[in-house]
Amino acid sequence: MAQELGIPEFEGWIRAFAAAVAEHRDELTTLDSAIGDADHGTNMDRGMAAVVAALDGGPPADGAALFKLVGATLVSKVGGASGPLYGTFFLRLAGAGGSGPWDAGTVAKALRAGVEGVVARGKAEPGDKTMLDALLPACDALEAALAAGQPLADALGAAATAAVEGRDATKPLQARKGRASYLGERSIGHVDPGATSAALLVEAAATALVPAQG
Amino acid sequence: MKKLINAAAEVVPEALRGMAAAHPELRVDVDNRVVVRGDAPVRGKVGLVSGGGSGHEPMHAGFVGPGMLDAACAGEVFTSPVPDQVVAATTAVDGGAGVLHIVKNYTGDVMNFEMAAELVAAESGTEVNAVVVDDDVAVQDSLYTAGRRGVGATVLLEKMAGAAAEQGRPLAGVTEVARTVNARARSMGLALTSCTVPAAGKPTFDLPENEMEVGIGIHGEPGRRRVPVAPAREIAEMLVEPVLGDLDFTGGDGVLAFVNGMGGTPLIELYLMYAEVVGVLEKAGVTVARSLVGSYMTSLEMAGCSVTLVRMDDDLLRLWDAPVRTPALRWGV
Repeated sequence: MAQELGIPEFEGWIRAFAAAVAEHRDELTTLDSAIGDADHGTNMDRGMAAVVAALDGGPPADGAALFKLVGATLVSKVGGASGPLYGTFFLRLAGAGGSGPWDAGTVAKALRAGVEGVVARGKAEPGDKTMLDALLPACDALEAALAAGQPLADALGAAATAAVEGRDATKPLQARKGRASYLGERSIGHVDPGATSAALLVEAAATALVPAQG
Repeated sequence: MKKLINAAAEVVPEALRGMAAAHPELRVDVDNRVVVRGDAPVRGKVGLVSGGGSGHEPMHAGFVGPGMLDAACAGEVFTSPVPDQVVAATTAVDGGAGVLHIVKNYTGDVMNFEMAAELVAAESGTEVNAVVVDDDVAVQDSLYTAGRRGVGATVLLEKMAGAAAEQGRPLAGVTEVARTVNARARSMGLALTSCTVPAAGKPTFDLPENEMEVGIGIHGEPGRRRVPVAPAREIAEMLVEPVLGDLDFTGGDGVLAFVNGMGGTPLIELYLMYAEVVGVLEKAGVTVARSLVGSYMTSLEMAGCSVTLVRMDDDLLRLWDAPVRTPALRWGV
């Protein structure tokens, strides 16, 4: 029997991400002050707090509505580059995932669509030292694990590991997008704050997008 | 951190409430964080909308009024405004002749204004053009970065495009003026100290007492290189030479020379710097036609300055001299 995900798991993912952002808020801002403008933690925390407040107002009807709410809220509340990028991620995720229950294939398809939205909005490439350096390896790992017949929970675990490795691999890179790019070679030696928050997003998915047993 | 604030999270709305109280001729929407000129929309006039992160005051809200901007959107400190704000501003100033978005070239600003333009296109028939300002020569290898940043030229462009709109030029003409100013403007800045974002509570970067940062942006993001503190005369050369190296400013109708304070530098030092800048320009054979000296595009309490030059022509000189009535720039009225 196919394992399916619905509103409780989706909401669990978003709330877990919000909690992780709140917990790592100062760390994200510190990373951003090294190579950016010292606001990534505060901006993401403000946005995700607004998302949680919106969810507290009552659960949306289905996955598409839920992720659309998340995306629209982030676009309205975050500002900077992170607002349009994370907002576009969730809006595309909503569109590709659709309103029915999700199986493992839907998760992979929706994540890929979300990440492609980030590419379209930000016009960054792998290795530019951005959130994509965590998100793209995560998508690849998820798809590879599912193709190898692994269950969704294991595949998402592999995606989280890939995201964390991708995040860490941004450290020696020279930034070519965003404010960090103005630093040139001086951006080398710092982990990218966007890749760090993106890894939190994938880690939250690995803990929360687990189908209920039975 | 010592600041005249109540709570870090409330700095932007509380400052806007102050603007509303001080300038009854403006309409301040504190919820949307949009400042609109009192008589907007002006029927038949192209609307000018700009915006960006807060912390650069008087830019942009201080430039709202007849002869300059119709509306300004204030983001969080050093964070671009969100699309909803830009949509609200665009709608408020649409007098039927179209709206020009003036966007500084920062990744976030460009994306948020783009999303706003998409929303406006989907929701109404308002014609929107955008000009992206990118005058900062400190950014090298711009093919491999987010591109040159929008800095001092933004103020001058908003003034001249604003005058063109006030004269009744159509959207294409106003856009052309804005693009011309951007194409003919170059800037370079320098920081003597860092700045402190209220929500962060500590300086964005450490700069030792005997060093300065050359080629800074306006968000406390570090610059091109660090060098020992030098006399103003040498600083003027460090700032002007890369500007002159990037564009020919000799001949023609002269330049508009703008020495801008970053927020923490007193006017006495800015005028001293201006004299040094003029000295460097004279030696290079560049004629100064107009000047602007003061803190118009700041980076919170950062000490330092930037130099912007614009190669002028007859039309731009007339637009620069045209009357303007805003909280921060006001002449001829």
